[in-house]
Amino acid sequence: MNYLRLTMAFFWVGVISEVAYRINFFFQLFQSLISLGVAIAGISVIFSYTDSLGGWNAQEILALVGVYLLVGGIIGLIIRPGMEQFIASVRDGNLDFTLTKPEDAQLLVSIQRTNLWSLIDIALGMGVLITALVRLGEKVGAGQAGEFVLVLVAGGSIIYSFFLILATLSFWFVRIENILTVFQSLYEAGRWPVSLYPGWLRYGLTFVIPVAFATTVPAEALTGRLNWQTLVAASIVALVLLVVSRLFWRIGLRRYAGASA
Amino acid sequence: MKALIELYIQQFKTTLAMMVAYRASLLIWMIGQVLEPLVYLIVWSIVSNNNGGSIGDYTTSQFAAYFILLMLVNQVTYTWVMYEFEYRIREGNFSFTLLRPVHPIHADIADNISSKLITTPSMIVVAVALGLVFHVSLAPQPWAIALFFPALFLAFAIRFFIEWTLAMLTFWTTRVGAANQTYFVLMLFLSGQFAPLALLPAPIQVLANILPFRWLISYPIDLLMGRLTFNQALIGLGVQAAWLIVSFILLRVVWRAGIKVYSAVGA
Repeated sequence: MNYLRLTMAFFWVGVISEVAYRINFFFQLFQSLISLGVAIAGISVIFSYTDSLGGWNAQEILALVGVYLLVGGIIGLIIRPGMEQFIASVRDGNLDFTLTKPEDAQLLVSIQRTNLWSLIDIALGMGVLITALVRLGEKVGAGQAGEFVLVLVAGGSIIYSFFLILATLSFWFVRIENILTVFQSLYEAGRWPVSLYPGWLRYGLTFVIPVAFATTVPAEALTGRLNWQTLVAASIVALVLLVVSRLFWRIGLRRYAGASA
Repeated sequence: MKALIELYIQQFKTTLAMMVAYRASLLIWMIGQVLEPLVYLIVWSIVSNNNGGSIGDYTTSQFAAYFILLMLVNQVTYTWVMYEFEYRIREGNFSFTLLRPVHPIHADIADNISSKLITTPSMIVVAVALGLVFHVSLAPQPWAIALFFPALFLAFAIRFFIEWTLAMLTFWTTRVGAANQTYFVLMLFLSGQFAPLALLPAPIQVLANILPFRWLISYPIDLLMGRLTFNQALIGLGVQAAWLIVSFILLRVVWRAGIKVYSAVGA
């Protein structure tokens, strides 16, 4: 409960500092709408030549784009900003201040910064998702919706753990500001179902850089493709990675020498 | 002239040292450069196979050839001045650059060419490997190969001038994200990065011929894929030459105007 209160407090600070730059809202909205437009234009060109792409029809691919935007928004809202600041704070020694606070340091670095405007992507993603599902005429039952939420939470945890592991590397290698962009450039591939890709790329996007769990798997749940093995696997991977990233973080923290040391 | 050559050589040494220091970033950047065309290659191959092995006059293996050549043309013509400029102006570094006795574009060109010299060999290896994986065969005419290199050079020069001009927008406002993104979207659809232009709706093809984008990416690729007659190829070089002049004049005009409104951050 205390953690939730802290998260809200940090989020509120973020809101207050951002509303001073209200015009950014329109810039971000413009950019988000453009990337949505690109995705829709791309789909309409491709589906003017075919009815299905690896067994997915146009509306199902659109639903996947919705998940892609939604998860991208979550990453931009809460996961990426905190990790970026954490990497910077290892380099300039500001992590000292975080460590002196009487709360768990991993929690603090994870929630210390939010990017308010990513809420636009989340809203757009949900809008696209709902539009696609309505046009599919699919009746998403409580079961499917439950599965979707479950794999979305699992996917989010996997991505969070992955970012934490990458960021924790900065305890050993100080100059890795760019490492998080690995994810960003590969995340683009999540706009399409990973089942389209040849084996090596599919495994890479599932187990090395876990893009598949973030986008394809939740979209599978909504379009009635998810089998129970994938559901169980996603949950197990999520739990294991949460534990592993936590352990890795504690090992890394022991190496941290502070700014002036 | 001698001073300029020396500048280019010095810049090459500096860039080389930076690249060695930031090997990992270089690798990450290359993954992105390869992945985007690769994803489109895979998607279009699947669509083509669904259609019985071809769309329009592109067979599945020609799609592969197209996107692998795209990877290489993009590698040669790519610039990062738009990101760089925003950073320079925001941090105020640009004031120091202005104190130097040569135009700052020279340092950028030298930096771009030197880092390309270092990264291009690995890109060629990646392209050849992908060519083998996707069974690509290319048999361009000798004249097409001969014209390809000037076409590629002109594409590089025009793209550099255009993007340097756009980057100067930072003189007027540091909020250039939206403008840059608009440019990238136009580039994506009108240059042929998303799909061969012949597959896009007719109005877009007309637009692509009028605007400079197609001449930066799609034209050199079409040349090597044997999709142009000799006459079409020569006309293409002429259009490129015209765009080179236009973009150069634009660069000069915007530079003169921009430098007047520039005031360093913190000044």
